[in-house]
Amino acid sequence: MKNVWTVAANTFREAVRDRVLYNLVFFALLMMGAAILVGQISIGIEESVIVSLGLTAISVIGLLIAVFIGVGLVSKEMDKRTLYALLAKPVERWEFLLGKYCGLVMTLTVNTAAMAVGLYLALWTVKHALEKSDAWILVAVYLILLKLALIVALALLFSCFTTPFLAILFTAGIYVAGVFAGDLRTMQAVDLSPATMSLLKGVSYLLPNFENFNVMGAVAHGRAVPGALVGQATLYAVVYGAVVLAAASAIFSRRNLK
Amino acid sequence: MRVDAGEVFGFLGPNGAGKTTTIKLLMRLIFPDGGTARILGKSIDDVSMHQEIGYLPEQPYFYDYLTAAELLDYFARFHGLTATDRQTRVQEMLKKVGLETAKKIQLRKYSKGMLQRVGLAQAILHDPQVVILDEPMSGLDPLGRREVRDIILELKKEGRTVLFSTHILSDAEMLCDRVGVIVGGKLRGVGTPGEMVGIKTQGIEILFEVAAGKNLPLLAKATQTGERYRVQMPEEELYGAIEQLQAADARILAITQLKPTLEEFFMNLVEADRAQANAVEVSGK
Repeated sequence: MKNVWTVAANTFREAVRDRVLYNLVFFALLMMGAAILVGQISIGIEESVIVSLGLTAISVIGLLIAVFIGVGLVSKEMDKRTLYALLAKPVERWEFLLGKYCGLVMTLTVNTAAMAVGLYLALWTVKHALEKSDAWILVAVYLILLKLALIVALALLFSCFTTPFLAILFTAGIYVAGVFAGDLRTMQAVDLSPATMSLLKGVSYLLPNFENFNVMGAVAHGRAVPGALVGQATLYAVVYGAVVLAAASAIFSRRNLK
Repeated sequence: MRVDAGEVFGFLGPNGAGKTTTIKLLMRLIFPDGGTARILGKSIDDVSMHQEIGYLPEQPYFYDYLTAAELLDYFARFHGLTATDRQTRVQEMLKKVGLETAKKIQLRKYSKGMLQRVGLAQAILHDPQVVILDEPMSGLDPLGRREVRDIILELKKEGRTVLFSTHILSDAEMLCDRVGVIVGGKLRGVGTPGEMVGIKTQGIEILFEVAAGKNLPLLAKATQTGERYRVQMPEEELYGAIEQLQAADARILAITQLKPTLEEFFMNLVEADRAQANAVEVSGK
């Protein structure tokens, strides 16, 4: 695991030096603008507007980083041939892959944590106080982070066997389909044959169900998030993520580097 | 093909012959359809073996957001060196490849030659027994090439095994105990540079000066450059020619054996390969 940590730390350093964390400036400006605007026009719903907007921004910014940098984690190294010298060291390919993954998840964790602090600051600016129920925001942020970690794993998987452009398309496609995976399971269509319905249901269980990680609505209204839901979502992300990373590792381990 | 312990082995071949492919196979960057390869008696699939191997890729490119010292420190971590050892080794290597003054500059600002030096430093950083260098002289100026030659000779003196591919045949002749020539994906010959080109000389060349107006039959065959004459002849005519020159009070400057160079040998192989390929194409039609 030492090799995994070494690669992860370098991936984090790369993200910092390539100014990935500069997106925080954008987030800070957005939250400041929102806090000022909401304070002037909303009556009584300032808190839910700020929380909804903040969590959506955290999710969207994180998604962009997870997809675009996630796809580039390995493909950039293959294009630039920077991994040639590294793979000639006593390093297994899966260690390299897992290290790159952990490095980006570390970057996303720092980034998401910083944005969460920004969200609390904006909330404090609007309300001039923080309540106990505001702690649920942290749970929502944690679930967003789980979702992002799963997306990085998918981006990494696709980048192991296809071009970066297609890998971005596939990851984005799976994300959109995954958001509606729950709807697919409960869909009642009268004009579809039972065979098609079962196929759709089967596909819906294969797709990552990103709705498992969405508690934005409840948290924006100060409602509690059940502990079982958090535990279930965590287990789901860990198992699904592990399967995707194992597949990525199996493909990358036999990939010829041109 | 076999490379013996402690020797410097040159891997020669034209572009597209398969030199880099062979080296990449050994470094498990690509995978073979068949066959076996071993380094230090271990299968190339055994990752632990890489503890004893140093590798310089062709036209190396490294993380450009790191400095040379940071990159070497990063690579040293995979070899399990302690923090103190890492620091010492990194400094030693930077000094060895002449990058001590540029160690704090990010690699994105490095020239091609400087990157080649960093590549060489990372290949020998962990004191490997076997060093595999893919085109180590490419992109280097004459001074840089000489430095790389010195490093290779130093590695040999330390008892390490060096395998390097090159286009520069004079370097191979100068450095290698043995060479292997690959053309069209096939190994066409392995041996010492002398064995490869044949020990038999092709003749003798004499360089001499002689006063004007001397009646010297040799002058009919000689070519004149300034005040000097150069004449080539079969080996058996050498002593007769020396007598003639002595009689005419000529000053002999040099007597050289004419041997085919590795380059000529190499070119003959490449041309023979092309001729064969054309013949196959014609008969196929």
